[in-house]
Amino acid sequence: MGPTSTDRALGAAGLYSALAVRGFRRYATYRAATAAGAFTNSVFGVIIAYTYIALWEARPDLGGYGVAQALTFAWIGQALLAPVGMFGGFIIDDLTERVRSGAAAIDLHRPVSLLGLRLAEDLGRAAYHLLARGLPPTVVGAVLFDLAWPNRVGTWVVAMLAVWLAVVVGFGLRYLLGLLAYWIIDVQGPAWALVVLQLFFSGMMLPLVVFPDWLRLVADLLPFRCLVQIPVDVFLSEDTGTAVAPLIGVQLLWVGVLLGAGAALTRVAVRKVVVQGG
Amino acid sequence: MADAVRGFAIIAGAWVRSALSYRTSFAIGTGVQFVITFLDFAAIIIMFSHIDAFGGFSIAQIALLYAMSGFALGAADMLVGNSESLGRRIRDGSFDQMLVRPVPALAQVAADRFAIRRIGRIAQSGGVLIWAVWAAPIDWSVARVVVLVGAMACGSVIFCAVFVMGGAFQVFAGDAAEVSNAFTYGGNTLTQYPLTIYPNELVKGVTFIVPLAFVNWYPGLYVLGMDDPFGLPGWLRFASPVAALAFVAVAAAFWRTAVRHYRSTGS
Repeated sequence: MGPTSTDRALGAAGLYSALAVRGFRRYATYRAATAAGAFTNSVFGVIIAYTYIALWEARPDLGGYGVAQALTFAWIGQALLAPVGMFGGFIIDDLTERVRSGAAAIDLHRPVSLLGLRLAEDLGRAAYHLLARGLPPTVVGAVLFDLAWPNRVGTWVVAMLAVWLAVVVGFGLRYLLGLLAYWIIDVQGPAWALVVLQLFFSGMMLPLVVFPDWLRLVADLLPFRCLVQIPVDVFLSEDTGTAVAPLIGVQLLWVGVLLGAGAALTRVAVRKVVVQGG
Repeated sequence: MADAVRGFAIIAGAWVRSALSYRTSFAIGTGVQFVITFLDFAAIIIMFSHIDAFGGFSIAQIALLYAMSGFALGAADMLVGNSESLGRRIRDGSFDQMLVRPVPALAQVAADRFAIRRIGRIAQSGGVLIWAVWAAPIDWSVARVVVLVGAMACGSVIFCAVFVMGGAFQVFAGDAAEVSNAFTYGGNTLTQYPLTIYPNELVKGVTFIVPLAFVNWYPGLYVLGMDDPFGLPGWLRFASPVAALAFVAVAAAFWRTAVRHYRSTGS
């Protein structure tokens, strides 16, 4: 008797969770690098915090935030930087390196989908980065400044959901970019362009609530606000009175679009791939 | 020293020729550097759409500080920024080869993968500088021109020293390369704004410990004809060369110590 569909589903779940655990451990190996990254995030957090204090003291209530909300934005932003892959890398490097070395051909023989494999690994990586790169700056920020914390458990739960959706959107963007390597081999230029777009339109450089209306409109039409602005908006929703359901809806929409496009393009890429080396 | 400069020029020249033979890549790389750094300034412009003064400075005055700091970081990044990748050289054992070649190791590390596209950041800072010089109310004199030009040279030297120390640090903590980002890019972000927005201790820290305030703040105050809001002595605004020299001495000592303590991976 062959495996039933339940067996297969359980097998796949076990496989993907095993991949996620490996993703977690792979990055957990580099303790010094993690500590260095958390340190740098905290230094930037301090610098950005003082610029926001100066801005919001000059213009109280700018964009619906008070000083505490702006400071929270600064620190949550630093905490999300590594988990959402703000500076690219990770999956992009893996995909392009495997195309270049020819290992991409082996990936196509695996009993799991390329997208599922990479997503599971990246979720594991993000879990590690949330703990090791996200928590320290948040603690440093909380010790040095008065931040705005949610009071209700429900807000915390939805905020964590928004953070994980941000991770998946970040993955979707980087996966699509990595897939480009199946066509153009050297994706350095587009990878930089992605970093620029992510930094600016996510709210990382400046909260989108400060943007002029026309630029805010552009940012709202792009997926990048799912990375920082939306999770922070959910986190601050009790103070700002923002409805969280539409925000989560936007994130889910982009998760669907990006992963859908990723799956479709993977099928094309598989037929297209030119194996380098061997 | 002459060996170092000659070696640097030969290696860097080879990388420049290599970069220029892939014109599209070079154009995109330079363009992206320009855009990334421009977005920095776009954020400042957006901030000023809501306010008239930031830390007591107008946008033109901040533009001058921004351009001085950006130019210094850009020049240092182009000249010695690749010392950031020393950790990789140590891991794969190729730093060993550098130590036996007849060119000083630091010159080789700095010229390794010399990236001419980094001119993008310098060009962007140059553009902002031109606008700032035109827009800011500056009472020009020969002394002010000398201080401005001198500060940009000294600032570059200060950031070079930071990069070299970051490289040397990797001899002791190979994986911790990112720590130096806090001082290079972090230092650049910090000095883009008037120091009046920071607490006193931080200002003392970037004056007396890591002398980033000498990149643009003290000389910038002189060029703009402003008093020191923190009431520190006036001669500090002419002290950038002293700060740069002192910091280079520290960086050189640290680099030598690191090379002396270097243990090969053996591969």
